[in-house]
Amino acid sequence: MTRGEPTLQAIDLTKRFPGVTALDSVSVDMYPGEVHALVGENGAGKSTLIKLINGVYGADEGELRLEGEPFAFAGPRQAWEAGISTTFQEINLEPFMTVAQNLLLGREPTRGFGLVDVKKMNADAARLLRRYGIAVDERRPLGSVGVAVQQMIAIVRAVSTDAKVVILDEPTSSLEPNEVEQLFRVIRILRDDGVALLYVSHDLDEIFELCDQVTVLRDGRRVHTGPVAQITRLELVATMLGREVQDVRSSGKTAFDIEGRRIGAEPVLAASGLTRHRVLTDVSVDVRAGEVVGLAGLLGSGRSETVQGIFGLMRLDDGEVRVKDSVLKQGSPASAVSHGVGLLPEDRKADGIVPTMSVKDNITLAASRSVTRWGFVSSSKVEALVKKYIDRLQIKVTDLDQGVDELSGGNQQKVLLARLLCTNPDVVLLDEPTRGIDVGAKAEIQGLIDELAMEGLAVILISSELEDVIEGSNRVFVLKEGVIVGELHGDAISEDAVMDLIAHALTDQSEHGP
Amino acid sequence: MTAVTSPVPSVSSERAWRFVRENGVYIALAVVVVFNLIATPNFASLRNVQLQLVQVAPVVIVALGMALVIGTAGIDLSVGAVMALAAAMVAIFVDQSPWLAIGMGLAAGVAAGLLNGSLVAFLGIQPIIATLGLFVAGRGIALAFTSGRLVEIFDPTLAALGQNRLWGIPIAALIAGALAVLMALLVRRTQFGRNVVAIGGNARAALGAGLPVRRVLLIVYVICAVYAALAGTLVTARSAAADPSFVGLLIELSAITAVVVGGTPLNGGKVRVLGTVAGAILMQLVFSTLIRHDLSDSDARMVQAAIIIAAVYFQRDRGSK
Repeated sequence: MTRGEPTLQAIDLTKRFPGVTALDSVSVDMYPGEVHALVGENGAGKSTLIKLINGVYGADEGELRLEGEPFAFAGPRQAWEAGISTTFQEINLEPFMTVAQNLLLGREPTRGFGLVDVKKMNADAARLLRRYGIAVDERRPLGSVGVAVQQMIAIVRAVSTDAKVVILDEPTSSLEPNEVEQLFRVIRILRDDGVALLYVSHDLDEIFELCDQVTVLRDGRRVHTGPVAQITRLELVATMLGREVQDVRSSGKTAFDIEGRRIGAEPVLAASGLTRHRVLTDVSVDVRAGEVVGLAGLLGSGRSETVQGIFGLMRLDDGEVRVKDSVLKQGSPASAVSHGVGLLPEDRKADGIVPTMSVKDNITLAASRSVTRWGFVSSSKVEALVKKYIDRLQIKVTDLDQGVDELSGGNQQKVLLARLLCTNPDVVLLDEPTRGIDVGAKAEIQGLIDELAMEGLAVILISSELEDVIEGSNRVFVLKEGVIVGELHGDAISEDAVMDLIAHALTDQSEHGP
Repeated sequence: MTAVTSPVPSVSSERAWRFVRENGVYIALAVVVVFNLIATPNFASLRNVQLQLVQVAPVVIVALGMALVIGTAGIDLSVGAVMALAAAMVAIFVDQSPWLAIGMGLAAGVAAGLLNGSLVAFLGIQPIIATLGLFVAGRGIALAFTSGRLVEIFDPTLAALGQNRLWGIPIAALIAGALAVLMALLVRRTQFGRNVVAIGGNARAALGAGLPVRRVLLIVYVICAVYAALAGTLVTARSAAADPSFVGLLIELSAITAVVVGGTPLNGGKVRVLGTVAGAILMQLVFSTLIRHDLSDSDARMVQAAIIIAAVYFQRDRGSK
């Protein structure tokens, strides 16, 4: 490892958005010929850091230096011209143009009069492809080649202008294992050429196989930087989740109190063998009345997909969901709701709130059976129901007809919870019920989940805050790459045990190879 | 237009601006009516009011159905063709019974709506493409039914429907009014209406709330087509002839204009029934006013186009907050 001077330095970068500090005084040094991993859970600040480096945002505080020179780019194009290339998660190329056209888009060789010299363009493209060992006919339309090849073409396109810094944002998220190997070969060629690479990934296997340095972000702060060789998987997982490996606390930080729950004997909901290609493999979970079942795992482990599969929002290749004595209709949320299952979606803006409707209508949207008669909505019934839940959940509104888009995030979340409870469900699937809301509202919602369980509701809970799941759940399923790698009961539920399962599952996988 | 983009409006001016934006169609309608009362001779005469009402009734009816479809963030380009289909049905069955003729016209609407709605709801085809099919084919089918000719209709019942008045008001206008009341009830008072708005406002949320999204979409397109078929029947009755080549030609544009000018956003999530009626009347009055004041037909169309663009501009502002 020849370190020398860092190619790119980020010094004490701070970026604030209204209400949140997305990045808080973060420093990263990237050296030539090194692959630097950037890891952290969702919202840790990874994408903000990338966008500061490539000029999408300007920093509020701090400084960026490229080969010692301070810089601030007005946009990705300028950054690219200065030698900083970024490839994003979604491939951003033209599927109907040829591989060669895509590779040289915007700087095609011309023969005068602006006419493209196709022969030279194809020859240039072929040379580039050969250099990086990509076997593909440069004259084929890009859309007709595999996703991995498209991904590599995006990278080659990014670096073929003498890039000094290459930022790869989850490049493998849509690739098959053998394609990942191909991509790694290209990355290693770049590394050996002296390029400084920043590699963003959730996949620990990849980080340990490919990267030299690792920086961990959490809640907008840098919590660790060091050589990959000097950290264990367990330590890395613990750092990402903000836990000391040996640190085991019994309870106290959350508003959960799992003692008072009376748990039924038979499962109310039992999902078995849920499978979807490359997303879930033979996932089975069940939950009984009065029980809170937690789903734990890193981001991308299939937690959300499991509840979406149960609820019918995501199509499954295989599997069955039983609620009491009936089987839910595949791919039909309406069937789930009519059998007493409700979902609180992870992304409340995209999947929950109807921004054009009032608070009142948003709350009672799913409760047609209790507020209508002969298809007509009874406004007195609506008001009674809405008032009941506004009181119970302490939703802060000026009046019932207020637009729901005027509420704060925490109150919108409560509106969605109220919508869920209006249907008198037997099972609720809560996907990140406390994400992105303030501390007070968070404690209220945790208390409410507790209350609901005591009243006999069956709850499946997902939270990226491990302590929520540990302290709130009677049982925890641990997921890793779409597979359930363990189930913990009662006293066996601890942060150590969960992290251990996640880390060990990784070890198992790397031993067996991809 | 500079007022629109003034950077930091005070609270009161913002509120005033919001009021103007939300109620723009009524203000504009009032302005046009006042202008005509002053500047156009015989504007307030019974004959003129009756004439305007008869002319605007089919557009109002088609626009009401269109508003429902646009409320779901969809669009129906086939309404004009559906009018032609209904006209053809009336021509074919009127000899047996005028009521059978009307019934068959409406049945054609149901069939067309089921086709459009199935393509959108079950096959997931974009509404503009799904309804383009009937837009192209529907009129052709209607022409085939009538062997490509104008068919004259001599039926007293139909003639009465198209030309008579009740309490001085043309029956066609009364029917349009009744259909508007029906639509307002549907949108404001029923679960179905809430489902329509929810689907247009956030389809994924509607799905997640367990709403019968596909069934609602299907019914929405059926209602729109049945309203169009009714309009086609009324036009046929009024002109005492079924002319599939021209019945409802370009009416989809007038209907969409009325809906948008009336304050229903093109990206769905809201249905303004009264606004749609006002929008249709506004466009009709603007056009006839310009003609009455000796603007050429082509100039009048350009003014109409300007109004449409202005209305969509306000929509954009509303949607982007």
